[in-house]
Amino acid sequence: MIPVTHVLVLSAALFAIGVSGVILRRNAIVVFMSVELMLNAVNVAFVGFAYGLNSMTGIMFVLFVLVVAATEAVVGLAIMLAIFRNRGTLNIDEFNLLRW
Amino acid sequence: MLVFFYLFAAAAVLGALGVLLLRNPVYCALSLVATMSALGGVFILLNQEFVAAIQILIYAGAIMVLFLFVIMLLNLRSDEQFIARWNPGKVVGIAMALVILAQLVGVFTSASATLGPAGEYPAERIAKEGAVEIVGGLLVTQYVLPFEVASILLMVAIIGAVVIAKRQIAKPSQEGR
Amino acid sequence: MELLLNPVVISLVKVLVIILLFVMVVGTVLTLMERKWMSAVQDRIGPNRANIGSFRGRGTLHIAADGLKSIFKEDTVPEGANRFVFTIAPFFGFFSAIVIWAVIPFAGPLGGFTFQITDVNIGMLLVFAVTSLGVYGTVLAGWSSNNKFAVLGAARGTSQMLSYEIFLGLSLVGLFMIVGSVRVSDLVAYQNTYWFGDVLPKWGVLTQPVSCVLFFVAMLAEAKRLPFDAPEGESEIIAGYFLEYSGMRYAAFMLAEYVAIVGIGALTVTLFFGGYHVPWLHADGFHLLGAVLPLPAWLVVLLQLGAFIGKVLFFCWLVIILRWTVPRFRFDQIMALGWKRLLPVCLANVAVTALVLLAVDGWQ
Repeated sequence: MIPVTHVLVLSAALFAIGVSGVILRRNAIVVFMSVELMLNAVNVAFVGFAYGLNSMTGIMFVLFVLVVAATEAVVGLAIMLAIFRNRGTLNIDEFNLLRW
Repeated sequence: MLVFFYLFAAAAVLGALGVLLLRNPVYCALSLVATMSALGGVFILLNQEFVAAIQILIYAGAIMVLFLFVIMLLNLRSDEQFIARWNPGKVVGIAMALVILAQLVGVFTSASATLGPAGEYPAERIAKEGAVEIVGGLLVTQYVLPFEVASILLMVAIIGAVVIAKRQIAKPSQEGR
Repeated sequence: MELLLNPVVISLVKVLVIILLFVMVVGTVLTLMERKWMSAVQDRIGPNRANIGSFRGRGTLHIAADGLKSIFKEDTVPEGANRFVFTIAPFFGFFSAIVIWAVIPFAGPLGGFTFQITDVNIGMLLVFAVTSLGVYGTVLAGWSSNNKFAVLGAARGTSQMLSYEIFLGLSLVGLFMIVGSVRVSDLVAYQNTYWFGDVLPKWGVLTQPVSCVLFFVAMLAEAKRLPFDAPEGESEIIAGYFLEYSGMRYAAFMLAEYVAIVGIGALTVTLFFGGYHVPWLHADGFHLLGAVLPLPAWLVVLLQLGAFIGKVLFFCWLVIILRWTVPRFRFDQIMALGWKRLLPVCLANVAVTALVLLAVDGWQ
């Protein structure tokens, strides 16, 4: 029996790493990967709760998180392609056309 | 059992740190694949083979391949100055990330945190009826509305991606066929 | 004795026997047989020169010669290649070609012993998950080679494998709906039930003919075999994604391809051609039209083992003969065929199967 707390701490650690990735990295694709990492951390928490509570609800949430992650990746990467085509870079510091 | 959990958890955290710290985007993607595979192992240990399979199938086998494909297509170089330029915003950001971590861990490990009432799907029942059967049944009964909404979301995403990524939308009159 | 009966040890022995004595052997022999059959198609004799003294063995020594040659060849890494990724890339394809054998049953159970490494609950989902990892071998090899042709091959391979993965899974949904399970042993056991009393076995190819064809096509595309080998396309982009590889690593790519062919055969047989079952052969002997021919259990298992291996070899032959019979699709044709033709057929197949199942349920 794995303690649910340990699963949740794993999830928290992955989430925090994902947050720091979003803040620190300058490459838009890596930032994007960090977002996926955060979604994964949430999945871990859901599965951990499903395991601890003998419930299926967490699993259903994971399924829908997967759907959202897939759509997000597809649309996001398409946007990356479009941006790269226009700006020639994926450094998010240089995406400043909409700055005031 | 617990040992394997710690092994997989350590592998997952190491992979996540790789995403954060490695310079080359391809290495970042590979270490994220490693994280996701390790999480698949964690899910197996938590009696959720089904989730483990779709985790590998969708995350590692589809989403991350798409990432790698785009990185390859754009021929991205390593970003040389990825944490080089420190500014107050970033320091605050890291502090915030640490605060989030501390808060989450604090909540999860606090003595007053208790699990709610147990559900009706213990591991024995899942093993007997099969996770695929249970999830399938729930998807078309209790969760049928989210399921349909998800399908529409996926279709919107497909169309959106095609429209955004296409170089030029050809005008109907110019189309050959 | 205690140690020998330990389940972990038994599983390990099964893994070693199946991988080393069957999969690798058949895969290696296929590298020669492909050239032999190709030359038969082209009205040539084929490789027959390797010899020890005067012994040539009709070309069988070429297997050993090829192995030795690839061991002793220099293992080059091209200038400007990403050395780490270049080194690990061959293992991904190999891994995904090997791991699917974990769920393939070779024969019925004998006593408490099963001829299957593990019969997991998620069955075919494991196969899909592992197959989907094979694409990394292609994309990483192509990207790390620092070669335009390799990148072209990798780009083609990635988009092709991602596209065909979709109806690799979707083509089997009809079968899963009929059997009501994704567990491999259930899928195989269902195919030893019969229509009209005990006359016509309910093989997958009879219950789901459309999905059988779709699955076979999707597997060919996943393994990048002709007519879907645009990622390798010798006449256009030399060798595609593994163009820069040499020596043992090149051999790893080739061997992975042939192991994947054996995998195609095994999966097609298991899902659509009765698995290890011989028609009308049950655990206690033949049953046909009320007549019973009792057989001892060991003979039944031997017959099943022989039937499975025979069927798998037939499909290996089919895959290879297909290569030398049909021309290569152009790349845009592959994508158009996948998304515009096969995907709608897949969805229609699922819908029709669902309607038929509903009708049968209502009628009974």
